[in-house]
Amino acid sequence: MTTIRQAPETEVPPLVIVAPSRRQVFARRGLAIFKELCWYLVVLTVCAFILLPVGWMLTAALKPDLAPIYTFTPQWFPTHYWHWNNFYRAMVYPLFPFLRYTINTLFVVFANIIGILISCSLVAYPFARMRFRFREPLFYLLIITMLVPWQALIVPQFFFFYHLGWYGTYLPLIIPSFGGNAFFIFLIRQYMRSIPKELDEAARVDGMSYFQIYWRIILPLSIPVLTVCAVFTFIWNWNNLLGPLLYLNNNNQFTIAIGLANMFQNSANAKTNLLLAANLLSMIPPAIVFLAIQKRLIGGIATLGLKG
Amino acid sequence: MLAGLTGRSRFRHLPRTASGKRATSGRAIGRVAKREQRAAYLFLSPWIIGLVLFVVGPIVVSIVLSLTNYSIIFPSHWIGLQNYHTMLHDSIFWQSLATTLTFVVYSVPLYLIVGLGLSLLLNMKRRGVNLFRTVIFLPYVISGVAVAILWSSLLNPQFGGVNWLLRHLGIANPPLWLQSPTWALPSVVLIGLWSVGGGAIIYLAGLQNIPAQLYEAAEVDGAGPWQRFRYVTFPMLTPTLLFVLLTGLVSAFQVFDIVYLLGGPMGGTGSALNFYLLNLWTQGFGNGRLGYASGLAWILVLISGIVIVAVFKGASRWVYYEHEGN
Repeated sequence: MTTIRQAPETEVPPLVIVAPSRRQVFARRGLAIFKELCWYLVVLTVCAFILLPVGWMLTAALKPDLAPIYTFTPQWFPTHYWHWNNFYRAMVYPLFPFLRYTINTLFVVFANIIGILISCSLVAYPFARMRFRFREPLFYLLIITMLVPWQALIVPQFFFFYHLGWYGTYLPLIIPSFGGNAFFIFLIRQYMRSIPKELDEAARVDGMSYFQIYWRIILPLSIPVLTVCAVFTFIWNWNNLLGPLLYLNNNNQFTIAIGLANMFQNSANAKTNLLLAANLLSMIPPAIVFLAIQKRLIGGIATLGLKG
Repeated sequence: MLAGLTGRSRFRHLPRTASGKRATSGRAIGRVAKREQRAAYLFLSPWIIGLVLFVVGPIVVSIVLSLTNYSIIFPSHWIGLQNYHTMLHDSIFWQSLATTLTFVVYSVPLYLIVGLGLSLLLNMKRRGVNLFRTVIFLPYVISGVAVAILWSSLLNPQFGGVNWLLRHLGIANPPLWLQSPTWALPSVVLIGLWSVGGGAIIYLAGLQNIPAQLYEAAEVDGAGPWQRFRYVTFPMLTPTLLFVLLTGLVSAFQVFDIVYLLGGPMGGTGSALNFYLLNLWTQGFGNGRLGYASGLAWILVLISGIVIVAVFKGASRWVYYEHEGN
């Protein structure tokens, strides 16, 4: 079949450009429109799969306490009830004080961002721009630690922090960030490598110390990648459940993740509309920080390259 | 340059090698180079201390603890390999391992392929593509807790949105999802699909790294869309695929948040959601058997280590590096 169809084409002399007939142009354009329609159909279906659940949750969160959350036909968009007050009530709910949880979570998140930015930029700098013995083996070690399932190490870490007397404090959730994170070190190192080497050499000639070069030259130039790391740290710590679950034991200390989990598991004592309102509120901060850097993120990963 | 000059004087006593360099161990180290080295290690010190305290230390401690019956309350004793012996005869252990491995086998390839498909769609230049990208990536940043709470409502067998849709599509008896032992695990796989856009970000970055000339060259050679994908896009994307595969495997081995919420500490209906890490958590912190849980941790590190090494070994067959050895 294919050979027969291709035969007339081969008869056309190679360097003669034949203008396509009007019919061909229409056929081609029709195909393009059809393809475009298919694309929109698929993409819109995926978006509906993502957005409709959120719409349902918003509808349920806006219902008054006595209205049934579940209806026989699911309500994907709010139409009847607009109790925006529920979001405020969720924040000051007596059993699960989400305002308190939010403040606690923000504290842990920002302490982690400070720890990560200091430690990871310090460690990435020599990997990117200095010569020292065992640089290659240490760098391989760094890559390997990215693949350690660290959550499996909760028992010995708990043993360690418990005997330090840190159980029931925020320290186990914060201090490890000052030891760096392999993924962020790798990311920052890739970025720092792209900064021209001449800058360091000129600074050395001017008599700057390594720390001064790091602090006054390299760090200010690395702000884009540091922003990406800060945002990831924000999102991961905001969402972290296991760590707070292990080390915190007091309702006033809890983070949003535990607060939501407790409220969900004691749903007999909790109002579902307020649970869903709190759930929706908890999604907003990570979404905002993500939106703020989304463009930079894709471009950033693309320029860094994952080839190492 | 300065390092080379001072280096020559310091290592004058050493014999020259064939290449004319002094035979020191590796590169000749001068005073300046030495200072650079000392500074470098000073910069590295937070990581090295962190590595010892929070990674290497815990791995070693978990081996030691796993040989004891350590718990917070009672005094602990050395019990040798008894924890591992108990593990082998513990049906809950085997069940949690089987659950996790089943999840890995189904979810990792599924998310890999769906993520790739989405990124190919989102890499096209169409009106509104940036908005669609944002929508599809957003669930990735939402916590497992929030996703679990949302989907436990949607998967409600009687009134949930999913079964409403299935009934409309003509399925009279849709599954009970989380309330059924057979459907609970597929439910978790399905829920994960909601946030699959995270992998798509990385693929998209990889796709944007492919030079346009390659496609132009392929088109001149008469390659159709499928051939362009098969011989240009796919090979150029294999390093990204390897990265997503590895990180996907590591995270699939440590699923916790979603199953802790959906199934509770015991793993829900028929313990169908008793994932490995959940069992570890319940044994260690629910039942206070921290020694036993250390053994479990060590086995998980070992299993995921073996899988990752196997993937790396296999990777040289299918991963294409443009600049070999760079």
